[in-house]
Amino acid sequence: MALSTRSNFEKPDDAFRVIVEAHRGLSDEASADLDAALVLILANHIGDLDVLREAIELAKRRMLEASQQQQQQ
Amino acid sequence: MAQAKLQTDSHAKTRFGYRRHADQDLVATNVAGHPVVVVGAGPVGLSLAIDLAQRGQPVVLLDDADRIGDGSRAICFSKRSLEFWDRLGIGQRMVDKGVVWQVGKIFHGDSLLYQFDLLPEQGHKRPAFINLQQFYAEAYLVDRVEELPGVCLRWRNRVIGLEQRNDRVILSIDTPDGPYRIAANYVVACDGARSSLRQMVGAEFAGQVFEDQFLIADVKMTAAFPTERWFWFDPPFHQGRSALLHKQPDDVWRIDLQLDRSADPAVEKQPENVRPRIARMLGHDQFDFEWISLYKFQCRRMARFLHGRVIFAGDAAHQVSPFGARGANSGLEDAENLGWKLDCVLRKTSPEVLLESYHVERSQAADENIRESTRSTDFMAPNSSYEARLRKAVLSLAKETEFGKRMVNGGRLSVPSVYETSLSTSDDEVWRGGPRPGASMVDAPIVPSDGDAEYLTDAFLKAGRRFTLLAFANGAAIDQPSDIGVIHIGSQVFSDPAGLLAARYDARPGTAYLLRPDGYVAARFRKPTRGAIEAALRRATGNS
Repeated sequence: MALSTRSNFEKPDDAFRVIVEAHRGLSDEASADLDAALVLILANHIGDLDVLREAIELAKRRMLEASQQQQQQ
Repeated sequence: MAQAKLQTDSHAKTRFGYRRHADQDLVATNVAGHPVVVVGAGPVGLSLAIDLAQRGQPVVLLDDADRIGDGSRAICFSKRSLEFWDRLGIGQRMVDKGVVWQVGKIFHGDSLLYQFDLLPEQGHKRPAFINLQQFYAEAYLVDRVEELPGVCLRWRNRVIGLEQRNDRVILSIDTPDGPYRIAANYVVACDGARSSLRQMVGAEFAGQVFEDQFLIADVKMTAAFPTERWFWFDPPFHQGRSALLHKQPDDVWRIDLQLDRSADPAVEKQPENVRPRIARMLGHDQFDFEWISLYKFQCRRMARFLHGRVIFAGDAAHQVSPFGARGANSGLEDAENLGWKLDCVLRKTSPEVLLESYHVERSQAADENIRESTRSTDFMAPNSSYEARLRKAVLSLAKETEFGKRMVNGGRLSVPSVYETSLSTSDDEVWRGGPRPGASMVDAPIVPSDGDAEYLTDAFLKAGRRFTLLAFANGAAIDQPSDIGVIHIGSQVFSDPAGLLAARYDARPGTAYLLRPDGYVAARFRKPTRGAIEAALRRATGNS
């Protein structure tokens, strides 16, 4: 199975909102704890090492490009 | 420092005298020659020497000390190691003295996170593990060596020089009577993590150094803890660190405490500083110290286990962290893997290239052991604040999820590796279970016609610790090569009334497994023919 990057939620705004609200009112520390637990829970739900690796690659690539763009501005 | 003592009930000697050997009387170019010299009389060197001697190879075994080492050191011996020791005639004595265990518990704070059972099924001769102080294991092995005329064990013989020739190795050895030299077709270096032979061949020993420090205290006390491996993350008595508790024979308990990276080893190992830590853990002060040791560790291996005619085994070849009982057990697996191969090469029934498979198979195992023990260590001592955060998440998820429990890594205990090896004949039929070629045999009960219930591992031993065909009867006679052992199930000799053996081997009538002398599967067949068995045998002995 390959990583799906199509839009899988019927209402993507709802999904984004759910995550945002989960972090509302949390300190950076607490937010980082929440994310760590979420990553582990979702990774286990996916249960596919190749998909997990692909997701990590995508996230790292975007992070890198975003920081390069920031430096150019 | 406190020193561990062998209890008087062991009937085992621990100090041995130096004795001059006739080899030392030869002068100048006249040097005594031997097929194999093993250097280092620890568990690995002793076991290898016994195996070779039982196969008919005379062995010279050299050790630079005159006594068995102090301290409990390695304490967990695996089922696989016990099965090997059974073949060396010493398994029962180890089990009789050892503490049998199979359950591990992991605690977080003061609550139980989960428990695991390393051998949840019945029908195995040997338990998942025994705990036994390393000095007992060594003493029993020395007793066994002394029963065998084939091993010449020379204490206070320190190797000081090594010279490789085309057909042999010349060793220079220092003794209380001065130096002498001997020649060997092969030298096996089992001389430990600080191997001097490794330095003599100029090999690197590179890997990862861990900065964390751990304190081992073996304490003597009477206590009612069950015979289980207990591991704590962040226990109330040792906050923010990990702790381990394990039972040994003679009412001795192994306690292993993680310390700060900045702790001063000289201060920390003083008994007066260790005592309050242990008292906090136990809730009382009624114990005596047997042994205290403070250690850091490294995970590393040699690039090659073969250097010309010098072969490396055990800690000399590879080193792991202690979490997972992968040190001594993997060294014993090295010995088990090497013994029969060296015998075949010395008898010239196999070409020298068979020894290359020792390097291939055992370096795969070393990589696996290093990977597993590094992961355990990283989990116990996270390297960054985010790693610590992830660990915190795993520990908290483990309270209510199965996946969280399985992610908690308090040490993954040693199991035999499965080899990707050119000695295996690949399956060309369909198997839904059973050990595949390259995996080690699985024990099961069988019933011999002459009465008592026994085990497959017993039958393998009786078949002669050689290549052996495990064949499930289908009424037809088996046409097997004459020079291999056979265990014929469903015949007049053995039966499998409960069907456990057939189930563990996915066997149907006619199925056959070809087992190597170390108990690994070389090949398996649904419809064995003599030609196919012979081809698999040639492959497994390096003759094809």
